[in-house]
Amino acid sequence: MPIEIDITHVARLARLALTPDELDRYRSQLALILDHAARVQAINTTGLAPTAHPLGLTNVFRPDEVRPPLDVDEVLSQAPSARDGYFEVPPALEGV
Amino acid sequence: MSLADLTIAEAGTQLRSGDATSVDLLEAVIERASFTEAQLHCYLTIDHEGARKAAESADWELAAGTDRGPLHGIPLALKDNFCTRGLTTTCSSQILAGYVPPYDATVVSRLRSGGAVIVGKTNLDEFAMGSSTENSAFGPTRNPWDPERVPGGSSGGSAAAVAVGSALGGFGSDTGGSIRQPASLCGVVGFKPTYGLVSRYGLVAFASSLDQIGPLARNVGDALTLFEAVAGHDPLDSTSYPGPVPEMRSDLEAGPKGIRVGVVSELSGDGYEPEVSTAMSKMLNQLADDGAELVEVSLPTFELALSCYYLIAPAEASANLARFDGVRYGLRVDGETVEEMMARTRAEGFGPEVTRRILLGTYSLSAGYYDAFYGQANRLRTKLIREIAAIHEQVDVLVSPTSPTVAFELGAKTQDPLAMYLSDVCTIPADLAGTPAISVPVGLDHQGLPIGLQVMAPALGEAVMFRTAKAVEERAGFTARPALAGLPT
Amino acid sequence: MTTWESVIGIEVHVELGTASKMFCGCPVVFGDQPNTAVCPTCLGLPGALPVTNGTAIEWLARIGLALHCQIAPFSVFHRKNYFYADVPKNYQISQFDLPLCVDGWLDVTVDGEEIRVGIERAHMEEDTGKSLHQGSGGRIHAATSTLLDFNRSGVPLVEIVSRPDLRSAAQARAYAQDLRAVVAELGVSDARMEEGSIRFDANVSVRPVGDTELGTKVEIKNMNSFRSLERAIASEIDRQVGVLEEGGVVIQETRHWDEEAGATKGMRTKEGSSDYRYFTEPDLVPLEMLASTVDKVRADLPELPADRRQRFGDLGLDSPLASVLSGSGPDLRRVFDEAVALGADPVMSANWITGEVTAAFRRAETATAEVRIKGSDLAELVMMVKEGILSSSAAKEALSGVMAGEGSPRVVAEARDLMQVSDEGLIGEAIDQVLAANVEAIERFRGGEEKVLGFLVGQVMRATGGKADPKLVNALLRQRIT
Repeated sequence: MPIEIDITHVARLARLALTPDELDRYRSQLALILDHAARVQAINTTGLAPTAHPLGLTNVFRPDEVRPPLDVDEVLSQAPSARDGYFEVPPALEGV
Repeated sequence: MSLADLTIAEAGTQLRSGDATSVDLLEAVIERASFTEAQLHCYLTIDHEGARKAAESADWELAAGTDRGPLHGIPLALKDNFCTRGLTTTCSSQILAGYVPPYDATVVSRLRSGGAVIVGKTNLDEFAMGSSTENSAFGPTRNPWDPERVPGGSSGGSAAAVAVGSALGGFGSDTGGSIRQPASLCGVVGFKPTYGLVSRYGLVAFASSLDQIGPLARNVGDALTLFEAVAGHDPLDSTSYPGPVPEMRSDLEAGPKGIRVGVVSELSGDGYEPEVSTAMSKMLNQLADDGAELVEVSLPTFELALSCYYLIAPAEASANLARFDGVRYGLRVDGETVEEMMARTRAEGFGPEVTRRILLGTYSLSAGYYDAFYGQANRLRTKLIREIAAIHEQVDVLVSPTSPTVAFELGAKTQDPLAMYLSDVCTIPADLAGTPAISVPVGLDHQGLPIGLQVMAPALGEAVMFRTAKAVEERAGFTARPALAGLPT
Repeated sequence: MTTWESVIGIEVHVELGTASKMFCGCPVVFGDQPNTAVCPTCLGLPGALPVTNGTAIEWLARIGLALHCQIAPFSVFHRKNYFYADVPKNYQISQFDLPLCVDGWLDVTVDGEEIRVGIERAHMEEDTGKSLHQGSGGRIHAATSTLLDFNRSGVPLVEIVSRPDLRSAAQARAYAQDLRAVVAELGVSDARMEEGSIRFDANVSVRPVGDTELGTKVEIKNMNSFRSLERAIASEIDRQVGVLEEGGVVIQETRHWDEEAGATKGMRTKEGSSDYRYFTEPDLVPLEMLASTVDKVRADLPELPADRRQRFGDLGLDSPLASVLSGSGPDLRRVFDEAVALGADPVMSANWITGEVTAAFRRAETATAEVRIKGSDLAELVMMVKEGILSSSAAKEALSGVMAGEGSPRVVAEARDLMQVSDEGLIGEAIDQVLAANVEAIERFRGGEEKVLGFLVGQVMRATGGKADPKLVNALLRQRIT
């Protein structure tokens, strides 16, 4: 059973500026994959908890101790755009 | 025989007997690369200067009596999704072209502490998503046994380099089979440890709950040595196993006698090349002749493992790859607003397979679908883990072919993502379960292409897995090397 | 004409004052050079991984227990996925449907009325970096570019969500202030609004009185003081009522409080509501809080403001005095507690602390001399006053000597000759003197002029250099001349 996918919405959520052709192509590919994966939905999994960690680890902590941070010049050396010690980006369309 | 064709164990002996220096080993490996790279493209970066320094340092230390262990002075190849400080790490993606990390992955630190010589960074499917290394943004790697064919993926570069001798050993990462499947297609040993035994800190994440780092090597012994050098708890990785690394050497040579070997019925049938099936049966009979007990087992959930994987891995990947946005590092494509900049950067920076998986993952996590897809898949995963654990009450190891086919031709599966995904049907269960699994070469098909056999064990069951793998290796007698045109002996 | 009821919930974000960040070892710093306290993890570099700060979790439990929450025995982290330049991974590690603390409450007194505000949950998350919008005075609209500093990225953040139990802006303010006091008392955060270490958002809706269904709620942000919180909420209530009374519809949105304009302003509408695509954080493992750990955290809780006020009330302090003493700071409260433990009268001790002692400390803030007082000092002082050994004015002088470091009250009183005279013989002699010199006054008292007694008492006080116990003088004089 084909699944209707709002690919434009998904691409927006994922911040991918795709062309209409690309969107169309990906939509049909995704639909095929998801048809395949619909078999998973048919399985009865009542009473099963989802796997959080394959070995069931819990309670992993570190002490509240300071470790030396990275050197700021090395950090900014990889920045596409930096100014006065800050990363610089174009303005936001809207606040959050 | 060139030094480039030595095993790590052999090279170690020669270093300590004075028959060879680390610089000699490095030069041999670099020379091999100079012949093979044009055709095979295993490497994205060869660190001539850094490797030279490390080799000289190793020679100096060994001469002075400082022995850092079995990897001291040994030239190794690392998959280009391992962060290496000062050395570009691209994940074979345009979005990280030229990116130089300011830190080493824990595995890399441990290798450096062990005196290993890092030759360079190898090619992979972009962000480790793929089964052929054709998804690399910088061109595919070719199979040394037949350069018109794929080496497998996503760790195709490391597998091919080890097969052809442009490294004595290497490391890759495995999420759905990305170490084992290329190992199988390239005729080398590839091992995925129990989830948590090797730190993921500094491994660029694909699917966090599945990713594991593991070795690629010429033989089982070398794979074990490579593994021991990097395994063990890391406080920088919360998913790292806090207990001791299993003791794996005492029974290594004990042979197959008394091992209960489960033959997984679901991992056979149509879709498996006849010679692959034959090679496997032949090996199993040999093991049985020497005292192994063969048990036909059924794990029905294995039929759904692939589907389950494709609902979990892309979901986690979609979040893990969100950080690539042109803000702090990597590619930036300009935009009027930051939203536009991010969307253009990502559209241009990611290849089609990565884009496909991000979209798939985003969709399966989005409102209304979470429980039906990701949630359900993770519950099914619990079912799979229990099924495997239950079966291990009857058997010590599970075996199957590593891949249903031998190496396929470049371009043969790129048009059909689903066909490509089927390459991983044998390897995916161990990733979902977090259990250890290894691929051992057992022979060549009539085309001269390698066939691999997979041994799986319970979580933390590395000892019985290595023991079985060793037994397989001894009986397979696989000594063939790829006969690459122009390769001097 | 409809009567409207406002329904308000408050969301609080508290930056914890741990030494290191939530998921990495970077220091928690304020006001440093940008991007100097970052590492692969809090910068969202490829390959980085988070590891949970154990102290932060303990402090979250502490906050939860102080707010009477249940501590979940099993709790997990989730990824909250959204793209924003100062969210380095473009997801925030947070908690979704299995938070550590649930179902608590805080009792708040507003205008003499006590209300119980439900606490739905308190959970752990990580803070984002800071965006500095360039151009147009730092406001987000019409900015030309944005500068990013990730020093704050990864700082531990506790989010506390109240139930919509508040019914007025004043109630909301009181809740916010009391919650802040609890957090500060616990020592887990500086909790200063002006520094951003505690932040409040409000969810406001209105409905006709008597309705049980909730109206459309609007989120209000950017309230930077308790006063602006109250003003903003009041303004928003008015706005919503205005909209509805004109037959309009309240739109669900987020609005910013504009202090200058004195009104909430809508932001550009986002395309649809956010889909955070929550899923369990696979890089972290679940939290299993053992009952023994919870008990230990509970046992280590300091006394909270409400409980303290209650205890002061039990000691006999009236409500205003109890409140003032409760707000006097831990050092002064300790002096009080020690004095009472040594047997000093609680009400007198409280009055001394909140009166003279506090005044002395305030004066000292402008002086350079050090000021000290021990609990035993206060106890001795209070007892000497109670027993009549020191008059109130003498005690004030003795106190200043004590706080200047001259010694205990008794030592100071002796050194400065402040002790009240209660010896009836001595007083009697002084009375004799005074009566002998003021015969006319005695006649006038006997004639009915009560006021004259006061004059005579004053004379006796003068004759004894101010040291006689005035009550005793009064009694003895009255005896003599009646």
